[in-house]
Amino acid sequence: MMNTLDHIELQKVVEIVSVDHSPISSKLTEMGLVSGQLIKTLFKAPFGDPIAIELNGSVLSLRLEEAQFIEVKA
Amino acid sequence: MKIALLGNPNTGKSSVFNLLTGLRQQVGNFPGVTVDKRSGFISVDEQQHELIDFPGTYSIYPRSKDESVVFDVLSNPTHSQHPDQIVFVADASNLQRNLLFFSQVYDLGIPCVLVLNMWDLAQRKGFDISMEALSNVFPGVPIVQSNARIGLGKDRILSALSGLSTAREEKDAFLVGHTLCETSDVQAQKSEAELRLKKIKEALKHVVQMKAPSGESTSRKIDRVLVHPIWGYVIFAFVLLTIFQFIFSFANAPMNWIDELFAQCSNWSSHAIQPGLLNDLVSQGIIPGIGGVVVFVPQIAMLFFFISILEESGYLSRVVFIMDRLMRPFGLNGKSVVPLMSSVACAIPGIMATRTISNWKERLITILVAPFMSCSARIPVYTLLISLVIPKTYLFGIFNLQGLVLFGLYSLGIIFALIVSFLLKLFIQQKEKGFLLLELPDYKNPRWGNVLINVLEKVKLFVLDAGKIILAISIILWFLASFGPNLDEAAKKLSKTTVYKEMSVEQRTQAMDACKLSNSYIGIIGRGMEPVIAPLGYDWKIGISLITSFAAREVFVGSLATIYAVQDDGENQHLLIDRMRTELKPDGTPVFTLASGVSLMVFYVFAMQCMATLAVVKRETNSWKWPMVQLVFMGVLAYLTAWISFILLS
Repeated sequence: MMNTLDHIELQKVVEIVSVDHSPISSKLTEMGLVSGQLIKTLFKAPFGDPIAIELNGSVLSLRLEEAQFIEVKA
Repeated sequence: MKIALLGNPNTGKSSVFNLLTGLRQQVGNFPGVTVDKRSGFISVDEQQHELIDFPGTYSIYPRSKDESVVFDVLSNPTHSQHPDQIVFVADASNLQRNLLFFSQVYDLGIPCVLVLNMWDLAQRKGFDISMEALSNVFPGVPIVQSNARIGLGKDRILSALSGLSTAREEKDAFLVGHTLCETSDVQAQKSEAELRLKKIKEALKHVVQMKAPSGESTSRKIDRVLVHPIWGYVIFAFVLLTIFQFIFSFANAPMNWIDELFAQCSNWSSHAIQPGLLNDLVSQGIIPGIGGVVVFVPQIAMLFFFISILEESGYLSRVVFIMDRLMRPFGLNGKSVVPLMSSVACAIPGIMATRTISNWKERLITILVAPFMSCSARIPVYTLLISLVIPKTYLFGIFNLQGLVLFGLYSLGIIFALIVSFLLKLFIQQKEKGFLLLELPDYKNPRWGNVLINVLEKVKLFVLDAGKIILAISIILWFLASFGPNLDEAAKKLSKTTVYKEMSVEQRTQAMDACKLSNSYIGIIGRGMEPVIAPLGYDWKIGISLITSFAAREVFVGSLATIYAVQDDGENQHLLIDRMRTELKPDGTPVFTLASGVSLMVFYVFAMQCMATLAVVKRETNSWKWPMVQLVFMGVLAYLTAWISFILLS
């Protein structure tokens, strides 16, 4: 099932389907967020935003408004 | 020859820089921009070369104004900072992302060395990296391993550099047939990054083998506590409290020594130099002026000592992570928290700490509101005025009213910092949108060498850059306070009065100082501005103290003591307080009432009464525009709020 990253519950491994066009899409890509990449949702900051994800063994945090550009599937 | 040091953030790049250059480093700015440029000399084959540390970035394409220096320098071979060789530092435990930027650098054709740093960490994480296979991916690039945190790899890097050619070579690009995109073309940059990552992933299949994947790492376990919705904040508050405790308990002593030392120097020089203008200039203008710069050093050093530890350990990015959501509505971001909190000790290191904020608008707003946080120099002013006008009573039997007022003054500063940030967010225009995309690196023990170098660097920046301005303004203030058109006449007149003749030597000095100050240019300005400040409940004597305290807020207390001709021995202000209580206006009512006292305290919460802060803002924003804007808007706000408080209370 397709969803955007800001809607994924914690401790789930998902695969990135695509990164939508946005002013920061190139920056998301440069951080390694590309289609086919497996990521795991790790934890949220208090108030639920930003979130932290794991990719390739390192941890990246991003705001929900940034995560919504990333389409993922389970 | 120039050698650039490039790499992603959190790869130990600055450790590599410190390892290669030791203490032989300088800080400055890249030409035309306020981006720290650290450089140092390294000797390769007995020749000195300049090693320039560039800001850590994830790509050649900038994510912020400050990062654009990397693109500007690398893409322009005629740029004065364009390197002849490159040392690229990569995190061996995260090759895929690190090699993205490296492949872009590789394609520039500038001879480079690839340093795989944090080699031990990669091993521990279970990565098995084949150097030979990696060499095949980037032919012609010497690849070395290092572990700069424990000092390993210097010789390897230097020997790789010694074998490196100095001229560009024609070679096959990693991404064939590609040229640099425009920095504004996001779509093209995205496609380029995708193509590069795809190729890197393919290549890494032959380079990196993953041994048995480790279980949950220690960092994840620590994170469960440190970013916990409740404990996260509790721990952060505790960390802040500890830092402030240390600064207040340990910075005070050296600050007193510095004051004492410079007072002795002044005293000595006033005897050593022939009496006259030069004597006064040196002993009352220059030496106290330099003292006024040096006295900030203990606070700056201590604050950066702690900030560096937090940064090195990886905790600082967690603070950003848990505070980001709270700060965002105000046009700030998680990275504004540490600078603002530091400003409670002193706005100067606070403003210097805003360099970590990559978004220019968010950084500027943080700089502009930092002086609203009540710094330690306001404490003497607050305590003097509180004990003067606030009764020593208890509210509901438990809350000390004086303590509550002090708390209120601090809160007022914090609340207005947020309100003003919110307003500035609406007014300051910027196309660049702020975003977070922050790496949370693994927790590490801090490297004391890096901490020390960082502290030295900040102290040096402050003393050399802001110090010049502070010294200049001190000398101007000294001039205005020591000269006046009729100063000598007034002094002569005073010395002939019978009252004066009956005084003790000590009283005479005090009376003479008071007479000189009130007849100096500052005295004249103070009298001249009385109509302006009268609506706030102040008289010309307070006016004089407002001007002199521009040198530093706590000077307010000393100036009042001088004007009222009483001894100010710092700790014990009873004499001064008693004298202030009896001070009457021409109409016979007391000058210091609840209304005028509160109005004055509120004025000190908001007014930009600190030339050292202005000097630092000038340095950090690279123009006089922002310190002037700050001076004016904080002044207007101080005036209005003080006026309102005076009206409400009288």
